[in-house]
Amino acid sequence: MARLVLDRLTKRFGAHAAVHDVALDVRDGELMCLLGPSGCGKTTTLRMIGGFVTPDAGDIQIDGVSVVAMPPERRPTAMVFQRYNLWPHMTVAQNVGFGLRLRRLAHAEVDRRITQALELVGLPQSGRKFPHQLSGGEQQRVAVARALVLQPKILLLDEPFSNLDARLRVRMREEVKQLQRTVGITTVFVTHDQEEALTIADRIAVMHQGVLQQVDTPATLYAYPRTLFVADFIGTMNLIGARAHAAPAGTVLSAGPWQLVAAGARWPEGSDVTVAVRPEDVVMAPGGVEVEVRRVVNLGHYLQAVLWCPEIGEVRMFADKGAALGEGQRIAVQPARALAFHGSELVEIGGPMRPAAASPAERR
Amino acid sequence: MHAAWFVAVAGLRRALGIGALLALAAFILGPLATLLVWAFAGTWLFPNLVPEFSLKWWVYVLSNADVGKAIRMSVLSAPTATLLSALICIPAAYAFARLEFPGRRLLLLSFLSANAFPKIGLYVSIATLFYRLNLMDTFAGVVLIQLVNTLLFMIWIPTGTFRGININLEEAARDVGAGPLRTFFQITLPIALPGLIVAALFAFIAAFDEAQGSLIVGTPNHITMPVLMYALVLSYPQPVGAVFSVLLSLPSVILLLATQRYLRAGYLAAGYSL
Repeated sequence: MARLVLDRLTKRFGAHAAVHDVALDVRDGELMCLLGPSGCGKTTTLRMIGGFVTPDAGDIQIDGVSVVAMPPERRPTAMVFQRYNLWPHMTVAQNVGFGLRLRRLAHAEVDRRITQALELVGLPQSGRKFPHQLSGGEQQRVAVARALVLQPKILLLDEPFSNLDARLRVRMREEVKQLQRTVGITTVFVTHDQEEALTIADRIAVMHQGVLQQVDTPATLYAYPRTLFVADFIGTMNLIGARAHAAPAGTVLSAGPWQLVAAGARWPEGSDVTVAVRPEDVVMAPGGVEVEVRRVVNLGHYLQAVLWCPEIGEVRMFADKGAALGEGQRIAVQPARALAFHGSELVEIGGPMRPAAASPAERR
Repeated sequence: MHAAWFVAVAGLRRALGIGALLALAAFILGPLATLLVWAFAGTWLFPNLVPEFSLKWWVYVLSNADVGKAIRMSVLSAPTATLLSALICIPAAYAFARLEFPGRRLLLLSFLSANAFPKIGLYVSIATLFYRLNLMDTFAGVVLIQLVNTLLFMIWIPTGTFRGININLEEAARDVGAGPLRTFFQITLPIALPGLIVAALFAFIAAFDEAQGSLIVGTPNHITMPVLMYALVLSYPQPVGAVFSVLLSLPSVILLLATQRYLRAGYLAAGYSL
């Protein structure tokens, strides 16, 4: 039972706010990803939770107790770093047991816990080895074991697999997810890799320029991005400039050649709006706008087509792998679903002409 | 035809390279070899090419009371200076490596300044200070003078070594419950040890070989081996100087051999970057 609360956390480096007013509530047993491009403040946030960076304002609470004044050694958190985790002058067992020995546990108990932790990460035979005798993936596993052996309340992971090759990275994150489920530990995982976040997180907190943009489940984040940044950052998105016109049904947006009805919107005549359309929501429709197919890329279970649309330019589209799309061909397309952003306001546009089978469900 | 020309040139270059290497070796090792021969020679007069072997100058030198006193003085003062230097400089080096404070670079460079000027001027002004502090002709005075010569090595090399240790290694120790001091002694220090050993070796050699300052500060009663060397060279037969030179290089050679596995270029290079 461990709940982590960040309350309006702020950190400035000089005049620049690396983390600004971040408020986040991580539930017991939850795996929360902090996701964002490099320099967005996600690592600084994690390091504040671990106690390696002192916040300028705000509070950090674990199970209702403020830990913000505690040094790292007194916090019930355990961190796995991006690299340089293991102490090179100690064996794997000594690395894992270092924290246990500081707690003056009996020898037998220390040995038992080391063995248990190494078994948990699948390295039961490596206790006597030195870190340099292990591969990068094994080293990170030992680091995870060293973090978990102390039974912390919160596990912190700072891009732990970004230095591993792609195939191993995928395997390791599956393992960590599995492990986190087994142990049931509240976890904060920092990554810049949205695919990694989408596959392992219970919820994702997207950060941009030190500001928390949105906290939601991967599915919600993908379907209902709340800010333009999230819309653009998560998955592939077509962003199209549009203009609002008042109409009896709500507001009509002219996005290039398309006329889209934003039912809930009450936007002033002529205001600039950005319309966001997922590639799988661009569908072939008989009454749609005629566009030219520029490129078709076969991505295995689906096709990605780059369309050239008059007044807009390039538009990306996903289609079933069986779809008859050829380069140079002219087709009629229509957005089946879109989001319209006007400042901080957001309206969903679900086109009535949306054909049922047009959007590949696995992309959601 | 073509290939033969190439081989000939390559052979020539190889021969030149080996020649240059031999010349360099002769330049460095030649005087040392001569020294060794002189040290074990009874008499070596023209036209004899090889001298007769004798240990008589060794007996002469080692039975000299001044020599015994100087050896004792050196063997006590140089390790004391090295140890003091380590106690003062290693924490300072850690601060240079880990903390960003105004004037960091300037302060680091200032340790070079003591080596950037003719030292004799520096020693004379130190001597006037020592007179007032009653440090002239004392063991403490000699140790202090030797200490000055070790600072550069004991600051720069450890600073580079500490900078080369990733901060994550220390943070990981804090994370599992170690306080700052325990982290330094159980994590940082063992990882830095090879670099610190190299620094201590250089500092010891600098302290042990120091002659100018010790001459001014230590005479007449606190004479170290290098200082005594001046007197021996001036007023005794040539083999005495040779014997004493061998004695003087002995500690350095032994230490170099003992620590050679730590003497990797990386530690030295890391030390000389700001």
